[in-house]
Amino acid sequence: MGVLDSKVPQGPLADKWVNHKNKINLVNPANKRNIDIIVVGTGLAGGSAAATLAELGYNVKTFCYQDSPRRAHSIAAQGGINAAKNYQGDGDSDYRLFYDTVKGGDYRARESNVYRLAEVSGNIIDQCVAQGVPFAREYGGLLDNRSFGGVLVSRTFYAKGQTGQQLLLGCYSAMNRQINRGKIKSYTRHEMLDVVLVDGKARGIIARDLVTGEIERHSAHAVVIASGGYGNVFYLSTNAMGSNVTAAWKVHKKGAFFANPCFTQIHPTCIPVSGDHQSKLTLMSESLRNDGRIWVPKKLEDAKAIREGRLKPTQLAEEDRDYYLERRYPAFGNLVPRDVASRAAKERCDAGFGVNKTGEAVYLDFSAAFMRYGREAVSTQKIENASEEQIRELGKAVVEAKYGNLFQMYEKIVDENPYETPMKIYPAVHYTMGGLWVDYNLQTTVPGLYAAGEANFSDHGANRLGASALMQGLADGYFVLPYTMGDYLANDIRTGRIPTDSPEFDEAERKIREQLERFVNTKGTKSVDYFHKRLGKVMWDKVGMSRNATGLKEAISEIKALREEFWKDVRVPGIVDGMNPELEKAGRVADFLELGELFAKDALHREESCGGHFREEFQTEEGEALRDDENFMYVAAWEYTGEPADAVLHKEDLVYENIEVKTRSYK
Amino acid sequence: MNLTLKIWRQKDATSKGAIQTYQLEGVEPDMSFLEMLDVLNQELIDKGEEPVVFDHDCREGICGTCSLQINGEPHGPDRGVTTCQLHMRMFKDGDTITIEPFRAKAFPVIKDLVVDRSSFERIQQAGGYVSVNTSGNTQDANSIPIAKDKADAAFYAATCIGCGACVAACKNASAMLFTSAKVSQMALLPQGEVEADRRVLAMVEQMDKEGFGNCTNTGACEIECPKGISLENIARMNREYLRASVK
Repeated sequence: MGVLDSKVPQGPLADKWVNHKNKINLVNPANKRNIDIIVVGTGLAGGSAAATLAELGYNVKTFCYQDSPRRAHSIAAQGGINAAKNYQGDGDSDYRLFYDTVKGGDYRARESNVYRLAEVSGNIIDQCVAQGVPFAREYGGLLDNRSFGGVLVSRTFYAKGQTGQQLLLGCYSAMNRQINRGKIKSYTRHEMLDVVLVDGKARGIIARDLVTGEIERHSAHAVVIASGGYGNVFYLSTNAMGSNVTAAWKVHKKGAFFANPCFTQIHPTCIPVSGDHQSKLTLMSESLRNDGRIWVPKKLEDAKAIREGRLKPTQLAEEDRDYYLERRYPAFGNLVPRDVASRAAKERCDAGFGVNKTGEAVYLDFSAAFMRYGREAVSTQKIENASEEQIRELGKAVVEAKYGNLFQMYEKIVDENPYETPMKIYPAVHYTMGGLWVDYNLQTTVPGLYAAGEANFSDHGANRLGASALMQGLADGYFVLPYTMGDYLANDIRTGRIPTDSPEFDEAERKIREQLERFVNTKGTKSVDYFHKRLGKVMWDKVGMSRNATGLKEAISEIKALREEFWKDVRVPGIVDGMNPELEKAGRVADFLELGELFAKDALHREESCGGHFREEFQTEEGEALRDDENFMYVAAWEYTGEPADAVLHKEDLVYENIEVKTRSYK
Repeated sequence: MNLTLKIWRQKDATSKGAIQTYQLEGVEPDMSFLEMLDVLNQELIDKGEEPVVFDHDCREGICGTCSLQINGEPHGPDRGVTTCQLHMRMFKDGDTITIEPFRAKAFPVIKDLVVDRSSFERIQQAGGYVSVNTSGNTQDANSIPIAKDKADAAFYAATCIGCGACVAACKNASAMLFTSAKVSQMALLPQGEVEADRRVLAMVEQMDKEGFGNCTNTGACEIECPKGISLENIARMNREYLRASVK
């Protein structure tokens, strides 16, 4: 089986990528026409990879379960995209972006990959502007920036609260140009159900047409998995309903190692859960923390009165409020990284200071920002003797221009006006830093099989900084894979078309068909959602924001038992040979039920707290995460051997030559 | 609250569909419309029936997957939201709600409430892009200043989510609002100007080929659009089209 060789090029950090590009093999344009590439997933990573590879001349097939590539969940990213452009002249550089990302990831990411990410970040912005992505601009016509959590510079480019949408539509337009040229064949409403290996190399996939139910064989010289993250293992998350781990999990079962599955990001600013019917959680952009202040009441009796509806937050005097992030982390205040902000919210709510009926919410308050912006407006508009009320109204207008769509979204969901009363927020599962293990070339442990974007593990360590997911997806797709895949494909110029009538394809298709038929023939008593919700509850309670050995051991055995129950008692109505969303969900939940166990196993083995992984046994007296660099400064890459419980651990040691490893402090 | 739901059921693209009536109890005002349908589907599965199939994904109003004609209106009675953001507090106990797929010749029904919107894909593929390679050899992003009002106008046009509500709202099933949003975004930016003529001609030609109707300035599309895409975009596209055709 595979061996962990990260294939990081020699030489100084800043020269590695350039030198590597100069030395790797190229495929000449005439030969590219004879090479096929499959890209699974059409979000920022998959879409950008597909567009660029097709421009280079390869024949690309893309697969997405949605009815259009434009609907991939990258579209929901709100806040922005980082790039070390230093347009603000505030001291930004490639090195600083690299440094912030490694530090933000709590020193669990690979140095060389992160540096390359920072290095190409500026180019992403150039590229997107050239495509016609309408980023926010200043009156002088130049691009505007804002600041995000965990950093001290303004390097985030944005398009109101719809940055992901605009970037994805840019990427989609680049794909459309290639579809029009016939270089990309786009398979929508298709789901990849397995990868096919021939002589140990990834040579194709089995996909199901979600409209007709037909099982299809597609061959290629290389396969890219860009299917996103696995946050839906928690049932409730900010992911789209269809987001799933199936593509990544199926390739894991065929030999690709799965790295750091327990590194999950719980985003601090989501709309709290309202009831049992809840199907998903909605994020409020982190950019709101630029202007919103997070607080809970100082006194338990006030919190109780608020929960019972006897007291309104606006009635509480300034000195009775606990701005706990500003109190605990004066240097970064409300802009601490996401893991720190989330845990601090949980800490206050667990201590009884929560402010909604479930006790799981804190306030995000804009009243100070209204006054600050209002006073600025009074000054620029030369209004004399403005009243408090006038100032507040002027300030509200400024805030509306910045975050209007987010405020509107909040009001529609919660039915409260955030201009009049503070927003209520609570952390929710948002992003998974873990994923398929890849080397410097983004190749998994299976030759010819690549992973990009959230689906791989490479750049964010144990915690991702805000506005870095969009950056990574596009970096991988536009600027990394098109080079590194050429190096591999240079050996395939004489291979010719890969046939789909081989025993390997037969076998893969037979297994898929068997599984699908088993689902509809089980005729049990409980729906797929019933199992998914139960899995989510185990994950959230025992493998969520804070974890301990006892809970993790319980989770492992509970998930295993639940999985057995699922296979015996699931009820999937409808047919295999036609459109059947329940059948689609069954396949996805079956995979989550396996991944969940590996996830808990990984969390149990990592006896330290770092980034989004918080083990209660390993914390400082002040309740901060306690890392163990001596024993755990490595990537945990798991090899599948039959059951999640039997997964074999491989370690990639992390070496930091260009950055001093420190205790992460935002105080 | 208790509701009577009249829902379009259709086995597949070739079968004939019909409205079926369901009673649903215990719906909470804080539920989204789709969560209400989840509850119905759970009941149907428990009874051994096939659940109602509908399109949905992000459930936060941005992916454009969800559709539904609710009591005759695309995305239902609320304004500025998609069906997934529509909440049951917009309805009353005892209400009867009719739920149908988006209706248009260019949006054939696939199953129940799911329609095929690939005609939108083909319109975008015909020319909804700037012909620039993603090689990374582009000029610095700040080398082309763009006036803020133009950039903002391009942005507002670009916020179209491609859901198809404009088509479903239009008595002619016209896709002018959808097509013009992309044409406008590109026409307003210097990056898109170079190919503006070719783009508008190709996209309009494809739109007609797909079987969408013409625009008669009724304005229903703008009112029903969950993202508030403005009719001005249609005017701009007409101008662009006229200019390109007489060249």
